[in-house]
Amino acid sequence: MTRRREPTIGRVDARELPSMRADARVGGAVRIDPKPAPKRPGSAPTVNLKARLYGLAMLLALASTALVVRAVDLQVVRKDFYQDQGDQRFLRDKLVPVSRGMITDRNGEPLAVSTPVVSIWAAPAELLAQKARLGELARALAVDPEVLEQRLAQRADKEFVYLRRRMAPDAAQRIMDLAIPGVNAQREFRRYYPAGEMTAHVLGFTNIDDRGQEGLELAFDEWLAGKSGVKRVIQNRRGEVVENVELVSEPQPGRDLRLTIDRRVQYLAYRELKAAMNEHGATSGSVVIVDIPTGEILAMVNWPSYNPNAPATGDANARRNRAVTDVFEPGSVIKAFTVAAGLESGKFTTESTIDTTPGTLLVANHIVRDTNNYGVVDLTKLLAKSSNVGATKVAFQLSNDHLYDMFHRFGFGEATGCGFPGESPGVLPAANGWGQLEKATLSYGYGLSVTPLQLAQAYAGLANDGRVRSPTFVFGAANGDSAVLDPTISRTVVGMLEHVIQPGGTGIKAAVPNYRVAGKTGTSRKAVPGGYQSRYISVFAGVVPASHPRLAGVVVVNDPRGAAYYGGLVAAPVFGHVMTDALRLLDVPPDDFKMLQADTRLALPPPAPSPEAAAFAEGVQP
Amino acid sequence: MSARALIVLAVIGSAVVASAVAVVYARQETRRHFVSLSKLEAQRDELNIEFGQLQLEQATWADTARVEQVARGDLGMVFPAPTETRVIRR
Repeated sequence: MTRRREPTIGRVDARELPSMRADARVGGAVRIDPKPAPKRPGSAPTVNLKARLYGLAMLLALASTALVVRAVDLQVVRKDFYQDQGDQRFLRDKLVPVSRGMITDRNGEPLAVSTPVVSIWAAPAELLAQKARLGELARALAVDPEVLEQRLAQRADKEFVYLRRRMAPDAAQRIMDLAIPGVNAQREFRRYYPAGEMTAHVLGFTNIDDRGQEGLELAFDEWLAGKSGVKRVIQNRRGEVVENVELVSEPQPGRDLRLTIDRRVQYLAYRELKAAMNEHGATSGSVVIVDIPTGEILAMVNWPSYNPNAPATGDANARRNRAVTDVFEPGSVIKAFTVAAGLESGKFTTESTIDTTPGTLLVANHIVRDTNNYGVVDLTKLLAKSSNVGATKVAFQLSNDHLYDMFHRFGFGEATGCGFPGESPGVLPAANGWGQLEKATLSYGYGLSVTPLQLAQAYAGLANDGRVRSPTFVFGAANGDSAVLDPTISRTVVGMLEHVIQPGGTGIKAAVPNYRVAGKTGTSRKAVPGGYQSRYISVFAGVVPASHPRLAGVVVVNDPRGAAYYGGLVAAPVFGHVMTDALRLLDVPPDDFKMLQADTRLALPPPAPSPEAAAFAEGVQP
Repeated sequence: MSARALIVLAVIGSAVVASAVAVVYARQETRRHFVSLSKLEAQRDELNIEFGQLQLEQATWADTARVEQVARGDLGMVFPAPTETRVIRR
């Protein structure tokens, strides 16, 4: 209105219509002023203004109340929901994978190593939006493009699908270099067993998620696996980590496990066992070698074996660690303990004689047989010739409880406590149930069943001055021992067992050059439901060097099909071959020194020193 | 408003600005360090990968069966017979 240049009389300017009207209403008539008054004192417009002001204030108040209410609603009442939604869009909890600990042998040689591999995964919806690049991806993954698309379409409502698991890192990198949206890589670890089938049974294997499934991988899963950590990170839209927020849980890398196994001895045992298997056409077999002073298991092999790097292939039967899980009737190798019980009872001495004529003995309508008629024998010859009649006659002089107790003290009928999963305790029937026949058969190793490891434990205990110790797989974790037999008696029995390996004994083929061996052969008929069949288990259990026992070994050959099936012909040579090399590898001093010196003097004149040898002699004093 | 109050206000004001700049700086440093941490972690992982692979490779080469085969086959080595062995006592 102030812009008006000249007053308009009698005409109403459209621009001032509202105020004109208001004026008209107030005044009751149209007042025509040459100039509108800049200030118009009057009550009517003021009241009006106030009302408007109130109205406006109310409106604003309502609006701001609404805002506050909404703000409270968002910030307080529904805060969690929105915070959550926000976090979901950029906060991520990421798993920090840890590698599984390494398993090494006693010298630190790796037996099981985890190396990283990469699994490729995809967000199906995101990837399906990139149809043009599916062909390229399929080629890189080496899969059929149609199969790939079908797979993605099936899982289109999911957020995660593995495209390929456990690829070599460089192959996976080539796929990631394609930079296809929705394709991601995830690091995982895969287990490799450099020693392969040789250590397969002892170590076991892990599943695709790197958890132990069998063997020591299972027994020590917690120790080896560690704990993967979780870290919270902020991600941008492209899934790149922008910032570490916090470490939700600390990753604990898996710890290494050092075994008592010696890879070299393990190899020897496996090589010799395999050779024997092929030679005799046997169905299965086991070798266990225990370090006598500590109870450490130096070697444990079985045949048939499998490749632990691809455990899905092959027969499930080949995966059993037979040395620990399978029981057999030990046969004559048990006679050492029958004789020990005889000596302990005081009813027999090293001079006692037993008449085994005529090589058979009728016990409860059953005939106990020897291979030949050995006539009058002492305990040493009883063992050397492996006389069943002699063992029976010894047992009949003893009480049931005493014989049972002797077997039980040496660990038969009870798990060894080595901690191997699925270990069998074997069977030792309670003494009060024995009849005459049971007692007779038990005295020469039938009617009870043992595992190869139990037998090794018992022989190690016998050679360790009668102190039995639970065998162990873990280096530096030797179990305590307990005295179960008088040292004099155990030394006497070991001395007698030396005659088994000497000319005239059944175990001559277990002999080790330069060392004295004490051991016992065994041949038992395999039990089948309803009786025994003409299939055999050949066993040899022994200790070496006999003068100061260091290694105890048990060889079990199941069902040799060749002409030879006696323990002395099938199992004993395996023992001899393995120990010959094992003793050298472990630097065990020979104890058959006289024979050795005599041999060298007779057979080998001092060789002319070669230049190298001369240099060696001058340069270094070994 | 007294001169003293003005001074106090100015000091506080500049302190606020300074701390704001410091926060920005610290934030920036954090990011920078985080980037280098990630790089080092990646480097560590790479080295671990290589170490594992080398261990495996070494174990494969040093495989007892292979050593024996090379010794007996390629090099024609034999184990000395007991008669060829001498025990040296020290």
